[in-house]
Amino acid sequence: MTRIVLSREDISRAIRRISHEILERNKGAENLLLLGIPTRGVTLAQRLQRDISQIEGRPVEMGSIDITLHRDDLRLRPPRPLSPTQIPVSGVEGRDVVLVDDVFFSGRTIRAALDALGEIGRPATVQLAVLVDRGHRELPIRADYVGKNIPTARSESVRVRLMPFEEVDEVVIEG
Amino acid sequence: MKIPRHLLSVDDLTRESAIAILDTAAQLSQLSEGKMKKLPTLRGRAVVNLFYEDSTRTRISFETAAKRLSADVINFNAKGSSVSKGESLKDTALTLQAMGADAVIIRHPSSGAPQRLADSGWIKGPVINAGDGTRQHPTQALLDAFTMRNRFGGVGGGLDGLRLAIVGDILHSRVARSNIFLASMLGAKVTLIAPPTLLPVEIGEWPVEVSYRIDESIEEFDVVMPLRIQRERMNQGFFPTEREFSRHYGLNIDRVAKMKPEAVILHPGPMNRGVEIDASSADSARSLIVDQVANGVFVRMAVLYLLMAGSHELPENALDQERA
Repeated sequence: MTRIVLSREDISRAIRRISHEILERNKGAENLLLLGIPTRGVTLAQRLQRDISQIEGRPVEMGSIDITLHRDDLRLRPPRPLSPTQIPVSGVEGRDVVLVDDVFFSGRTIRAALDALGEIGRPATVQLAVLVDRGHRELPIRADYVGKNIPTARSESVRVRLMPFEEVDEVVIEG
Repeated sequence: MKIPRHLLSVDDLTRESAIAILDTAAQLSQLSEGKMKKLPTLRGRAVVNLFYEDSTRTRISFETAAKRLSADVINFNAKGSSVSKGESLKDTALTLQAMGADAVIIRHPSSGAPQRLADSGWIKGPVINAGDGTRQHPTQALLDAFTMRNRFGGVGGGLDGLRLAIVGDILHSRVARSNIFLASMLGAKVTLIAPPTLLPVEIGEWPVEVSYRIDESIEEFDVVMPLRIQRERMNQGFFPTEREFSRHYGLNIDRVAKMKPEAVILHPGPMNRGVEIDASSADSARSLIVDQVANGVFVRMAVLYLLMAGSHELPENALDQERA
């Protein structure tokens, strides 16, 4: 059974709201760096970048950070391909970094992202923006910006579909 | 992405898995530029360099690659070890297994030794061939393909349409045997240029063209790869003198001048300057020899990561079933 929990409009409104929240918390976009976690986190970071730049009337920097090599479950899975890590030349040192991911679940991805980020440099702050928080945390990690809290059963799966990877923008629950 | 359990020969690879290794190496090289030099991925795992034959470049390259992934590296050189007291490959392997080796990188003068090690079950983890006799040296071919692709292609692609000339001592070269098959699989067209005495009899079955004269066609190639004369494997006269070989087949300033404007020179090393390549060619702007060494580390990191980090016991679709 599949049900839609966020429509295209819901997603775009959530991104717009999170953009405002990020700007409010950080008092502007000057020191911001958005880092998307591949694959869909990067798409979301691009959309946040577009909205924030529009609101502020000036460009905001973004990049991507692949966490694969920092995962704690590599040995439990078949070999995985890597995704690009692209950090702007201005670096992460002293910046307000916002990590962006699609689904917030166990928290292990974010732990890995914090480790990866720590290898690159020392940001002033690290914040977390997610489109969906489905609960079931296994680590003491929380999100700063949440598109929607969606209570789920562990057996269910949350699918975030975003263009251009899929033909639609939507979040569905399966199972 | 279907990654083989061992890397013994380029025959273990498909076009898809070869490109997956090259793409992984490309991501790793980008990480390194972005200051992420050390990665925790293989922390607590032990990699053994089991070298029965001299090597500096390859051993150091594997060691650097393993250390950047935080693996522990044990270097085992046959010289000055129990091997010189007569220990067999089997007993050495069983010893290494008992000491907890998670992967073995082996170089051996006998063709087929890595295969024996992998098939025997003496070692539980992956076996990676770092050169066996005159047979195979798959990571060299991968790093050469990576270097060529960086120059002429891009991430996700192969070497389609590229023209590669391998010049010189093909007969004794595991680098040639590995490169011929990998580059062809990736879509390159390979030409061998050598005197008949330095070509093996089986070339008729290989996906190559053969030429006995370098000056006939040097302007056609995108990549020219001269190979060292392997004196240590020669027990008879294959050509009159080194000087004569050099005059007929050596890469020199006049021949380099005739190459296509964008063409490049690769050499697997070690070089014998003045024999198969002269100093001005080796040091010219066309030479990617130093890039090859740097790329070798990324390619070997990719191989170690793909062979060691994941589980090969699970079905390939186990990744698709994953939840975020």
